[in-house]
Amino acid sequence: MSSAAHTSPETSQDLLLSLAGVTKRFGALVANDAIDLTVHKGEIVALLGENGAGKTTLMNILFGHYVADEGTVTVASRDGNLEQLEPGAPQAALDAGIGMVHQHFTLAENLTGLDNIVLGTEPIFRLRRDRSTARAKLGELMAGSGLNVDLDQPVYKLTVGEKQRVEILKALYRDARLLVLDEPTAVLTPQEADSLFAILRKLAANGLAVIIIAHKLAEVLAVSHRIAVLRGGAKVGEMLTSDADHKSIAELMVGREVPASRRTPREPGKPVITLRDVTIDRGDSRRSLHGMNITAREGEILGIAGVSGNGQAALAQLIAGLDKPDSGTVEIFGETVTKFDAHTFAQNGIARIPEDRHHDGMVGSMTVAENIAIEDVRSPEYQKLGFLDFDAIRKRAEHAISDYDVRCPGPDAPARLLSGGNIQKLILARVLEKSPKLILANQPSRGLDVGAQSEVHRRLLEARQGGAAVILISEDLDELLTISDQIAVIHAGHITPAMPTDSIDRSELGLMMAGQKAATNANHASTATNPGETA
Amino acid sequence: MEIIDILLAASFWEAAIRIATPLIFGVLGALICERAGVLNLGIEGIFTAGAMAGWMAVWLGAGLWGGVLVAALAGAFFGLIHAILTVPLGLSQHVSGIGVTLLATSLSYFTYRTALPDVSSPPRIEPFRPLDIPFLSDLPFIGQALFSQTAMTMLALVLVFVTGWVLYRTPLGLAIRAVGDNPSSVEAQGLSVYGLRIGAVVVGSSLMALGGAFLTMSAFDAFFFGMINGRGWVCIALTVFASWRPGKALIGALLFGAFDAFQVRLQTEVGAFLPSQVFLMMPYILSIIALIVVARKAEYPKALLVPWFKGQR
Repeated sequence: MSSAAHTSPETSQDLLLSLAGVTKRFGALVANDAIDLTVHKGEIVALLGENGAGKTTLMNILFGHYVADEGTVTVASRDGNLEQLEPGAPQAALDAGIGMVHQHFTLAENLTGLDNIVLGTEPIFRLRRDRSTARAKLGELMAGSGLNVDLDQPVYKLTVGEKQRVEILKALYRDARLLVLDEPTAVLTPQEADSLFAILRKLAANGLAVIIIAHKLAEVLAVSHRIAVLRGGAKVGEMLTSDADHKSIAELMVGREVPASRRTPREPGKPVITLRDVTIDRGDSRRSLHGMNITAREGEILGIAGVSGNGQAALAQLIAGLDKPDSGTVEIFGETVTKFDAHTFAQNGIARIPEDRHHDGMVGSMTVAENIAIEDVRSPEYQKLGFLDFDAIRKRAEHAISDYDVRCPGPDAPARLLSGGNIQKLILARVLEKSPKLILANQPSRGLDVGAQSEVHRRLLEARQGGAAVILISEDLDELLTISDQIAVIHAGHITPAMPTDSIDRSELGLMMAGQKAATNANHASTATNPGETA
Repeated sequence: MEIIDILLAASFWEAAIRIATPLIFGVLGALICERAGVLNLGIEGIFTAGAMAGWMAVWLGAGLWGGVLVAALAGAFFGLIHAILTVPLGLSQHVSGIGVTLLATSLSYFTYRTALPDVSSPPRIEPFRPLDIPFLSDLPFIGQALFSQTAMTMLALVLVFVTGWVLYRTPLGLAIRAVGDNPSSVEAQGLSVYGLRIGAVVVGSSLMALGGAFLTMSAFDAFFFGMINGRGWVCIALTVFASWRPGKALIGALLFGAFDAFQVRLQTEVGAFLPSQVFLMMPYILSIIALIVVARKAEYPKALLVPWFKGQR
């Protein structure tokens, strides 16, 4: 047994973490149902599951944020003995060498990377700080892992990928032996994700154990050794990655067959909205557009690819009628727009699925029915003698709830009680029932699980089939490549010409999103990059 | 001509520094609270409580430094109330702060009236005397302007340095700056968000109370109703002016002190033409203008006013 220790991570003496029979109930809801999970040294385990499957609860138990009702968490101590982890004590988890990289980074943006890493690692009442020892240790860690960041920059100046590296270094600096990453690639470009995976493999080869919480299957298959699938709070499957395939895991996660979204060929119709040389200068690349030209046609999905913060917000505001260009023109059905306000745009058949669905997509304290009717309260259909006709509103809401499968207690429930996926269904119901001419879908499936995501795609494709134009702003390459007819890439407020999806190479798209490669012609006749810049 | 004479006189700068002293205490206190993410609008009441408690302790027989300690403890007490309401309970910092101001002010007046029901003019104490430091106090100009102030002014100046050192050079200061920007960053590193915030508010409030104590134990020698007269609110504005930095807080307080000293002297020069109220307004108007210029670009601690609850992120 011991002779095989260095070849197989499965031997018991390499066991690092063992969860046994972990159960957690919130009232009647069983969030975790007798879950067993083991992780060995040098192993990368993917924890898969839809939203609400219990992944986060399980990790919160591991980190001592929650106390399990039943079951034990055992960690191998540094000298090899298996010891039970004190429940409900985050400090105990840190001391045991468990490090976590949250999806929302826990970094103080006003401090430098170095300060964030050192924070809390030295005795707090001390007259001076010792940065040089920290710097030396971090230098070694960076050299050994390839996690290179400028540690003297304030965190707000770092890119998302760099912030994530600071987070990982933070864990390693505390001698973490098990690293848990929650949805680590959600905010990364494909290139950044690849380099993260390379780093994780290197760290695992040096003996670090890694748990990745994810719902994107492709990357899980690429990086992990073993996969555990949770559904409805219970572990429904566990397999070696080498034995797993995409389709079977997806079905295991969802519990039923997931229909693949597919575009059917369709001739685009006439242009619905055209932007000509639109420039909006707000002195900040996140909120500015430079000489933007795009056209969205009937029956066509135009994908806008880009890492968020590159002008998508400005574009979305403009198309929703919430902002007006400094120069350039916007045409709707061939007529130049002179009046920029949300009401006029909505009257012209422009509907929006906002990026921040909780904040801009609904009013949490109002009921489901009110939220569905909110954009149409001026229409006579929902009025009686000048007052709101709540019977009509409720009736429409009941239809929407059943047609769009919005899971909620009823039309009179406050909308804030709904989960993210159900809020998105509610917004889809509100938007699509009006048969809009143009749908502005801004990150419509971000944060949704496989099932809800495929529902969003199906609905958008259905609207396209019915003749609507769709502008799909997204960071998710799989989504863009699956449902868009054309894709344009936005970077720092500049946009490339739209390219037919079928002619696009995935990695090239990634480079363009990172701003490292200019647009290629739609037919790939010429490339306009420096020779030295191609990856 | 007269204006330049005013600005060049050592007595003008002596007055400016004296007027700035309570503000220095107050701004330092407010910026410590706000760096940790808690706005402390209890400041006006805490000034009053400090002024009243310090003075009364001395009047009852404590030494001057004993009075300073009592004032600091009174500030810490009201700071603790504000901290408990706003940090673990997460109540509105505005509402709690104004509540603390009302409570501390009325409690101070109540105590004063209960202890001295019949007096028409408040009894006087022997306040801090101007320092007489050998050699330094005899220097031309600066000897009068700076080294003939009282010990409490010296304490305020030393505290500017100490606060700066703690915030920027020690692990504790690092944690305070982090907890005011993103409390989750502190929790993830195993430190207590509540502990840091409560501690910062309590210590900051003690400093505010010293500002009040300076008025009754150094600038004047007795406690009057209404003597704080908005100085606490000025400190809240100066904190923004200072961009939450102790060095700039000193400059802001001195600037305000200089405006105030200047208007008093200007009144005697050109008071014949203009009503005195115009001069009284001057420091406030100039403060507002300075704020408009500086504070539009101010980088607030990002978690200021945002309550944080364990287990939520």
